[in-house]
Amino acid sequence: MNKRVVQKLLAVALGFGLATPLMAADTIKLGVAGAHSGDLASYGLPSVNAAKLVVEQINAGGGIDGKMVELLIEDDVCKPEVATNTATKLISDGVHVVLGHICSGATKAALPIYNNAGVVVMSPSATNPELTQSGDYPNFYRTIASDDAQARTEVDFALNVLGLSKIAVIHDKGDYGKGLAEFARLFLEKSGKAEVTLFEGVTPGAVDYSAVVQKIKRSGAEAVIFGGYHPEASKIITQMRKKRLDTIFISDDGVKDDTFIKVAGKYAEGVYATGPKDSSSNPLSKKAVEEHKAKFGSDPGAFYENAYSAALALLNAVDKADSTDMEAVRNALQNNDVETPVGRIRFDKIGDAMGVGFAMYQVKDGQYVEVK
Amino acid sequence: MEYFIELFFSGLTRGSIYALIALGYTMVYGIIGLINFAHGEIYMIGAFTSFVVATVLSIYGFPLLSIIVLAGLAAAVWSASYGYTIEKIAYRPLRQAPRLSALISAIGMSIFLQNYVLLAQSSDFQPFPELIPDFDFMEPYAHFVGSSDVVILFTTALAMAGLTLLIKFSRMGKAMRATAQDRTMAMLVGIDVNRVISLTFVIGSALAAIGGMLIASHIGQINFFIGFIAGIKAFTAAVLGGIGSIPGAVLGGFVLGLTESFATGYVSSDYEDVFAFSLLVLILIFKPAGLLGREEAEKV
Amino acid sequence: MFSFEQLKKSLLVSLWFAFLTFPLLVIKVDPIERTVLWRWENMAFVAIGSFLISLLVHVFYKQQERRRVRRAAGGIVESEPLIQVILKEPKYLYPMSIAVLLCSLVFPHLFSTYQTNILITALMYVMLGLGLNIVVGLAGLLDLGYVAFYAVGAYSYALLNYHFDVSFWIALPIGALLAAMFGVLLGFPVLRLRGDYLAIVTLGFGEIIRLILENWNEFSQGPSGISNISRPGFFGMELSLDSAILYLYYIMIAMVVFTIFVVNRLQDSRIGRAWVALREDEIACQAMGIDKRKTKLTAFALGATWAGMVGVIFAAKTTFINPASFTFLESAIILCIVVLGGMGSIFGVIVGALVLILLPEYLRALSDYRMLAFGAVLVTMMIFRPQGVVANIRRSYQFKPKPESEGR
Repeated sequence: MNKRVVQKLLAVALGFGLATPLMAADTIKLGVAGAHSGDLASYGLPSVNAAKLVVEQINAGGGIDGKMVELLIEDDVCKPEVATNTATKLISDGVHVVLGHICSGATKAALPIYNNAGVVVMSPSATNPELTQSGDYPNFYRTIASDDAQARTEVDFALNVLGLSKIAVIHDKGDYGKGLAEFARLFLEKSGKAEVTLFEGVTPGAVDYSAVVQKIKRSGAEAVIFGGYHPEASKIITQMRKKRLDTIFISDDGVKDDTFIKVAGKYAEGVYATGPKDSSSNPLSKKAVEEHKAKFGSDPGAFYENAYSAALALLNAVDKADSTDMEAVRNALQNNDVETPVGRIRFDKIGDAMGVGFAMYQVKDGQYVEVK
Repeated sequence: MEYFIELFFSGLTRGSIYALIALGYTMVYGIIGLINFAHGEIYMIGAFTSFVVATVLSIYGFPLLSIIVLAGLAAAVWSASYGYTIEKIAYRPLRQAPRLSALISAIGMSIFLQNYVLLAQSSDFQPFPELIPDFDFMEPYAHFVGSSDVVILFTTALAMAGLTLLIKFSRMGKAMRATAQDRTMAMLVGIDVNRVISLTFVIGSALAAIGGMLIASHIGQINFFIGFIAGIKAFTAAVLGGIGSIPGAVLGGFVLGLTESFATGYVSSDYEDVFAFSLLVLILIFKPAGLLGREEAEKV
Repeated sequence: MFSFEQLKKSLLVSLWFAFLTFPLLVIKVDPIERTVLWRWENMAFVAIGSFLISLLVHVFYKQQERRRVRRAAGGIVESEPLIQVILKEPKYLYPMSIAVLLCSLVFPHLFSTYQTNILITALMYVMLGLGLNIVVGLAGLLDLGYVAFYAVGAYSYALLNYHFDVSFWIALPIGALLAAMFGVLLGFPVLRLRGDYLAIVTLGFGEIIRLILENWNEFSQGPSGISNISRPGFFGMELSLDSAILYLYYIMIAMVVFTIFVVNRLQDSRIGRAWVALREDEIACQAMGIDKRKTKLTAFALGATWAGMVGVIFAAKTTFINPASFTFLESAIILCIVVLGGMGSIFGVIVGALVLILLPEYLRALSDYRMLAFGAVLVTMMIFRPQGVVANIRRSYQFKPKPESEGR
């Protein structure tokens, strides 16, 4: 009984599904998958905007080899189980290349499905090292550095440039933040130069972090290395400064975001964060931000530039390969340089972007300035 | 010892935040016995309304004091209107229905409101203007207690006292208590039950809005999802103190806040929520109706 | 068609909503650039939209009223809804179920992998719903932390597979057993609690399990999760992705049929009746000599068993799990399935699961408005059918008097 209703629904849905490809038979389909609703939507939606802008531009310039680029935008709420549905949905819609997913977990769950269908995936924000280093995901690329590379930059900076010896490592218990923090702790302990005075996770979304701040103070740390995103970072830094604690604050790519400076305001001054090298002086980066402001009337959100770069790199590869075949696209990605907001990049065999050097930035007068 | 005091004040701040939201929760629960999952969202809407109003006013150059008053007023008015409307649309038709149906309606409402704000405003975190300035006389104590902490603490105390007085002594309070005890009987003695329930939602929501404004100003940022976690914690606090009891909600909030703070300070913040929930289970095992809840005699 | 009164009322409603949505929908501020954007067009949309909806609701109620008047005047005895008739009469029910089963067996051959895939998810939730239905629907214990048992099942397969290469079929009973043990573990401390106090403790329990999985890296690999979990093997053969999905689909169909069979038998068993008695009146139930403690614990344990099994299947389906899949919202969705479908009714739970899990998938067409619509649907469904889509029919034995007393 119920099945019939469902089948009717399915038939209707399928009807819709069939109608679209018929209308636009000869297009390049770029899938955009990530969290577009729920608590992590603020990390997923910027990549949708980025893809829209890039595709608009390419289509305005006549498309790729005469083919228009079509966007397929699907939500995965950053949950592995939804991500597998999202992936099969995109594949049954005939997607050619995918920009996404946003969270490492969702990406890991979805990748085997894309791989099976021969679809190349490029994430702007999935930083888990396993994704590239394990060799399990040949179709995966990313425009962001993996956790260990970033942790390495942070630790080297703290030890060699700032010469610190007592460091507290804090994370947000998420797969991004905790992964990074684990590596930071590992590198610190290995170096033998500094002591990790505290290693703790804070609960994201909690209303108050003053207890952790007091604990940092008690631990006597000279600096805090924080793994996580900007909302928690700005809460912690604000409460630290309000409690008159001027410990050095070093953080990651998830914090090197203008929203952080906007939200933390005056308390953001002096905060260090790692990010892709010379992105602020890169004309493409400026252009991408300007475009966003012009079209959506607001500053872009987290991972926007990474997503913009990923969309450019993917479509460039399809253009160079003259095909959407997985091997051809992979070859094109590995053998061609492309100018993107995060720099001039090409990809190595395992899928990490080469040429995305990491640099340390510091907030000065309300802006991230590269520390030379 | 100093560390202990520092943690104590951290816990107090957290606790008063929980308590402020829990007050509205417990009021609604006391009257209609519904876990109002949308309460966290009302809190969020209150915070957002005050954010929008405060920012607009500051752009047009109003002085700080008038911004605080007007933003608070706007937040209270609109949140109260939302509370009133939600009750009328989503809960009133379900008053005779099984209790779980109303719960699902509340969950649906909560999802709806979250996404409404996501679409109407944005998914991004927004900087909330600092409405409570650092008082000069607080400076010597600033390393362990801030000005906004004190303001929140006082507001909570004030709200608790006000509500208790309202419910104990006013005519409306009497009607509320009657409705809570037995809705049908209350109706029979001539109490307009619908009005009482609506008013409960209005008061609870306005309170949540004021809380939302103060807490958002304390935290310094806001987005559409802040109501969810705050709501669950406040609900826990309300149950811990004995749901339906006004002083209980405040006590529950403080117990929860202090537990989390000490757990963070002396053990690890990795497991602060584990401690909080374990404490909840422990207390409920020995006092099944919460700390200040009345143990109701079972009617046979 | 509409009276002036009604138009006036709808106008007021639309004005009210225009007022309500004013600060959030009309004003948009940028606190850094210090600009204000006034989006008056949104106000117009809201006003017109709420005006139309208000009229629609009015029409709906009027029709309902008319129907009731007609019914009362005609003295027509309310006929049972078609669904209830089918469910009650074996001569309709059996052929129907067989037809549905056949349909579902050929389904994957007619539709795309995507459709099969989301149907597997939906079927998993059918099982979860039926499991929770034992606890909430039958025994009347409000459990907001059901997802914890689901997590136990999923992690037990993932970890066993990761460390010892244990296969799916061996892990399935182990996962179920472990979840049942956790069910008893939770059951003990909460035996004395009732209603909403029970709800919050179970919620806390669910959160505790998730937090442990998140923080205890050595045990569960923390938030980065466990990847490369094997899919179910088919007599040692490695299957391609498409056939693996197909295989999993048939496993799910078999599991659901098995679940329906067991739950159906349970309902009519001694323990099932004890649960219902416990739900209806705890004291009377004790007075009848039912061991309250044992009855509650079996409800928790049996409910958890199902969650554990689905957890194992879940891990095998996604091949990757992390704690993010086991949040409170998940428990809430499963609870919604049970209540929305119709508490205590097997058929209702199946409908509830299919609706609530397939709905967000098909609402993908609405893109940004997906979850907004989902929330609205939840509320609307509850308002118009508070007892659930399919209300549970209580087994009743009617004494049929002679026909003359029918007039009332």
